[in-house]
Amino acid sequence: MELLSNLALGFGVALTPLTLTLAVIGCFLGTIIGALPGLGPSNGVAILIPITFSLGLDATAALVLLTSVYYGAMYGGRISSILLNIPGDEPAMMTTLDGYPMAKAGRAGDALVISGVASFVGALLATIALAMVAPYLARIAYKFGPAEYFALYALAFATLGGMASNNQAKAALASFIGLAIALIGLDNNSGFYRFTGGNLHLADGIDFLVAIVGLFAVSEVFVFIETHGKSSAVGVKLGKVTIPWAEMWSTRWTMLRSSAVGFIAGVLPGAGASLGSFMTYMMEKGIAGDKGGFGTGVAKGVAAPEAGNNAAAGGALVPMLTLGVPGSGTTAVLLAVLMTLNITPGPTLFADRPEVVWGLIASLLIANFVLLAMNVPMVKIFVKILTVPPAVLLPGVTMVSFVGIYSLSGSYFDLVLMIVFGVMGYVFRKMDIPTVPVILGILLGYQMENNLRHAMTLSDGDWTYLFSSPIAAVLWIAAATGFIAPMFLRGLLKRPPTPESAIED
Amino acid sequence: MKFTALKALGTSAVIALVSTSSAWATECIAPANPGGGWDFTCRQVGKLLYDLKQVDAPVQVTNMAGAGGGLAYNHVVTERNTDADLLVAASSATTTRLAQKAFGDATADQVRFVGAIGADPGVIVVAKDSPFQTLGDMVDAIKADPGSVAFAGGSAAGGFDHMKPLQVLKAAGFTDIGKVKYIGVDGGADAITQTVGGFTQAMTGDMSEIVGFIQSGEVRALAVLSEDRVPGFDDIPTAREQGFDVVAVNWRGFYVPKGISDDEFSAWATKIQAVADSAEWKEAMAANGLAPFTKVGGDFQSWVDQVVADTEALSKEIGVIQ
Repeated sequence: MELLSNLALGFGVALTPLTLTLAVIGCFLGTIIGALPGLGPSNGVAILIPITFSLGLDATAALVLLTSVYYGAMYGGRISSILLNIPGDEPAMMTTLDGYPMAKAGRAGDALVISGVASFVGALLATIALAMVAPYLARIAYKFGPAEYFALYALAFATLGGMASNNQAKAALASFIGLAIALIGLDNNSGFYRFTGGNLHLADGIDFLVAIVGLFAVSEVFVFIETHGKSSAVGVKLGKVTIPWAEMWSTRWTMLRSSAVGFIAGVLPGAGASLGSFMTYMMEKGIAGDKGGFGTGVAKGVAAPEAGNNAAAGGALVPMLTLGVPGSGTTAVLLAVLMTLNITPGPTLFADRPEVVWGLIASLLIANFVLLAMNVPMVKIFVKILTVPPAVLLPGVTMVSFVGIYSLSGSYFDLVLMIVFGVMGYVFRKMDIPTVPVILGILLGYQMENNLRHAMTLSDGDWTYLFSSPIAAVLWIAAATGFIAPMFLRGLLKRPPTPESAIED
Repeated sequence: MKFTALKALGTSAVIALVSTSSAWATECIAPANPGGGWDFTCRQVGKLLYDLKQVDAPVQVTNMAGAGGGLAYNHVVTERNTDADLLVAASSATTTRLAQKAFGDATADQVRFVGAIGADPGVIVVAKDSPFQTLGDMVDAIKADPGSVAFAGGSAAGGFDHMKPLQVLKAAGFTDIGKVKYIGVDGGADAITQTVGGFTQAMTGDMSEIVGFIQSGEVRALAVLSEDRVPGFDDIPTAREQGFDVVAVNWRGFYVPKGISDDEFSAWATKIQAVADSAEWKEAMAANGLAPFTKVGGDFQSWVDQVVADTEALSKEIGVIQ
C-alpha cells in the first residue's frame, strides 16, 4: 500500500490549480510542437526551458510543464505523419508507413483515433510501470555493457531488411547511407574529427532532426512544386471523426505487446523512443506475417509504433530518474533541467525527493487523460491547423521547418544541410529508395559503432567478447532469426498478393 | 473563426518561443544548449551581476551550441573581438579543446580568460565491491598490468575525464600511459552505470556527477583531485594526501574578447570577484556541488596558460594530437 500513499502524496502535489493549468498548457503546446515537422519533443522542451526559468516556477511545476510538453509532443508527432506523410518528430517516423496509406484511402480519422488511443495505452501503461517498478528496473541498465548494446543495435539492423516491401537492396543501400552519415563528426574513441573537412559545424555530427526534416518535409515541397500538388501528400481531407470500435478492439494485443516492448526499449539508455517504435512495428509486422498487409494502411500498423513510442517515452524516464542516465534526447534535456533546479537524479532521488518524483508521476497520469481528450474527441482542432489549403500550408510547414532547425544551433549551416537532405529525399523518392532506413542508420549508427569500439577496447580486440554474456547471446540469436527467417520463409511460401481489403475497407 | 484563432495562437506561440534575441547592454554567451553547465554559469552569474548592481541592465544570455564551444569561440574571435560588453562561459573543457586544436585553427591566446568562480573537483570512483581500497592500490595494479583497469568517463578520448587518471599515473612515475584503457560514454552517470555493472573497473568524472551514487553506497570514491577535501564529503581523501600531486578541477568561469582594453579587462575581473565574494553565489555553489575556486584577472590568465601547456604535452603523449 506504499504505492497508494505515494500516489496520494503525488496527487497532493500535482492537483493544484497552477500545476493543472500548466499541464493543460503543456499538453496543448506539446501536441502542436509535435505535430509541426521540425519541432520535436527535444527542441520543444529545450525551447521552453528559458521560459520556466523566467516564470520562476518551482521544481515540481517546471517538471509538470516540461513533461506535459514531452508527452504532448509524443502524441502530436503522429498527426502530421498520418496527414502529410511527414513525421512530426523522429519517433513518429514509423507511423507514416501505415498511417499515410490509411489517410490516402480516406481513413485519416480512423488512423488518428486508433493511433491516439494506442498512444494513450502505451503512455498510461508506461507511467504505471514507472510508478511501480522504476527502482528495481533501474538495475537492468547495469546488465547492459558495450557487448549487449552492440547486439541490441545489431538486432535492430537485422530486421531492417524486412521493412521495405518491394526491394531489399534499396533498403540496404539507404541504411548504409545512413550509417555513413553517422560517421561524420567527433570520434569518441580517438578524439579525432572525421569527415568534417575542417568545418566546425560538422564537428558534432549531423543532427538527425536536420536529416528527417530535409528528407521528409523539404522533399515534399519539391514534389509538390514539380507536380503542382497532384501527387503530393499535402491536402488529405479529414471527414467526420468516428470511433472505429471493432477495428480498435482488434488491435488490443498489438497495443499491449507494443507497450511492453516499447517500455523496455525506453528503459535502456541510448535506445530511446525511435528504437521503441521501430522494433514494435517490425515485431508486429513479423507476427502478422505477409497476410497482415503492413505498409498498405492497416490499423495495427499505426497502433504498434504509437503504443511503442509513447511507452518508450515513459520508459526513458526510468533511467533518467533512478540513475541520472538519459534514455533519449529529450530526457537528456530534462535531466539538465533537473540539475539546474538543484535536483540530483540518481539512486537516492526516490528517497530524498519523493514529492518531486511522485508529483511528476501523478502529473503524467493527469497529462495522459488530458492528452487523450485532446487527441481523440478534439483532434479536429489540431487537424484543422494542417488541413488548410496546400498553397497556404506548405509555405507554413516550410517556414516552421526552417525556424525549428535554426533553433537547434542558431546557424544557417543546418539550414543549408537541411536543403541538401531535401534534394536527396527528392532523388530517393524518384528512384523509389525508402528514406526511413537512412534516418535509422544515422540514429543507430553512432551508438552502434561506439559500443563496438568500446567492446574492442575492453576486450583487447577479442571479438568473442561480443557473445560472452547470456543477454548478448540471446540478442544475437534474435538478430540472426530476424535476419534469416524472412528469407527462409519467403522461399517456402509464395508471397500472396497484397490484400485488397486492407485498402478498400 | 475558431480554427483561425487557434492557428494564429499556435503560430504566435511558436514564434514567441523561438525568438530570443534582443539588445541588452551586457551579453553572456553560453556555448551550449539551455540546461548545461555553461548555461548555468551564464544565467546564475548574469543574474548576480545585475542583483549586485555590477551591471546596469539584466544580462542577456545567448545560447550558441556547436562543436563543444568551438562555434562560439570562432564567433567571438572573428566577429566580436572588441566587444567590451561580452562574457563567454567557459570551463576546463574549453582549455582542453583549445590545447588539442579541437576548435579548428583557433588558439587559446585569441581571447582573454578573465576569471573562474567555482570548480567541480575531479574524482576517481570504483564500484563498492572493487578490490581497490586506495588510489595507491589502483596505481600498483596498473603498473603491474596496464590493461587490467579500464576507465569509463563522460568525455571523448583525450577529453578532460580521460586526462585525470593519466595525470595521476604520471605523478606516480608510470610512463606507458598509452596502454591505459578508457571508454568515453554519454555523460558521467552512464560511466558510473558501466562501472557498477562491472564492464569497466573505474569511473573518472566530476564530483557533481557522483553525489547520488556515493550517498546510495553503490560506488566508493578513491580520491578527489582537489587541493583540499571537499566540504560535505570529508571522508573522501585527496590524491595529494595519498602521495599523488595532482589537482584537476573542472573550473567554471569566463573568457572575454582579446581586443578589449586592459582597463576593461580589469573591470570585468573586479565584477567577477564581487560575484564570487557574495553570499548568494556561495549558496548557489553549495546547491550545485561546486567547490570554491576563485581566480581572476592576470592570475587566472597565467594559470590558464599553464594548464593549456600541460594539457598539450599530455595529449601528445597519449596520441590525441601530433
